[in-house]
Amino acid sequence: MSRKNKLIIIGCVIGVIILIVFPLIYKAGSEFSGSDDSGSEAVSQVLDREYIPWFVPIMEQFLGGEIPGELESLLFCIQTGIGVGILAFFIGLYYERYQLAATKRGRERYKEYIRDYEDSEKT
Amino acid sequence: MNKKQKTNLKFLIFLLVLLAFNHPVYAMHIMEGFLPLGYCIFWGVLCLPFLYFGFIKIKKIINHERRSLILLAMSGAFIFVISSLKIPSVTGSCSHMTGTGLGTILFGVPVTSILALIVLIFQALLLAHGGITTLGANDFSMGIAGPILTLCLYRLGQKLKVNNKVNIFIACALGDLFTYCITSIQLALAYPAENGGFLASVFTFLGVFAPTQIPLAIVEGLLSVILIVTLESYAKPELESIHFDFQR
Repeated sequence: MSRKNKLIIIGCVIGVIILIVFPLIYKAGSEFSGSDDSGSEAVSQVLDREYIPWFVPIMEQFLGGEIPGELESLLFCIQTGIGVGILAFFIGLYYERYQLAATKRGRERYKEYIRDYEDSEKT
Repeated sequence: MNKKQKTNLKFLIFLLVLLAFNHPVYAMHIMEGFLPLGYCIFWGVLCLPFLYFGFIKIKKIINHERRSLILLAMSGAFIFVISSLKIPSVTGSCSHMTGTGLGTILFGVPVTSILALIVLIFQALLLAHGGITTLGANDFSMGIAGPILTLCLYRLGQKLKVNNKVNIFIACALGDLFTYCITSIQLALAYPAENGGFLASVFTFLGVFAPTQIPLAIVEGLLSVILIVTLESYAKPELESIHFDFQR
């Protein structure tokens, strides 16, 4: 990875961290809720009356109530975990290939690999 | 002051109050059972052509372009990660991003609509977040409308010869923001305000979530750039195989 790209990534990471941490300080003490309840509030505000959803989420039907907070965060973690797992695996794979290409033997293997792919795409 | 002006004034005051109190914000997908059945079907049908072409394209990738299959998996995984992270915002509430920009730039809108659909189904079934009945509306906003804007901006940036990374950042960030604009339009269509009708309703929903979403859109743009830079460095042959333009 070139020096310029490294700097771009470091800059972006710092930007992301600032954007996430800043609200915590700026708005210290607020709830940071993003709950679905406030969604129904917004609709009720527009309608001027309580809105009752006509369909209950399947998981809630199944559990007979709202999903407990801990379980919900577990499920969200699973979602993140699946995504990060796939991303990290393939970036690792690409990185290793890139490193191998720096050696002579690795370069030959890499060329073979590319050739194999091109052949398989032709057929 | 005529009636219309009064309405406008009331509405403006309402908006200001909303902004001033930083009401805990709803800024996610439309919840289960929150759209009338007619609208659910309407948005669902609107998605179908995109899903159909996306399905064909993905089938082609699986059968003939194995090398870009990994990139496809990574775009999907990126949406998975990004849309599962609830991030605090300046309004004192949390929201999450869409992550669809990357898939759009690499594979186009139809494929992204399928990837977004997978994530939405996962969230609707397991997390009670979004919903099965509102799947069509959510897929339209997150998987089709946002990506269309992303792609338009990206192509425009290429025409104007903007720096590639800056271009991707802008396209992804605004695409994310646009997704939530469409969400509020969808809600407003279903629930026009009694006082002021459709437009007033749009602005109410926009006023409720837009301030929350702006910083998050920037975060999404930055994260997309990080992944693109990484891919440019380590996955050149793959990007070349899908004709990704990384010269500038």
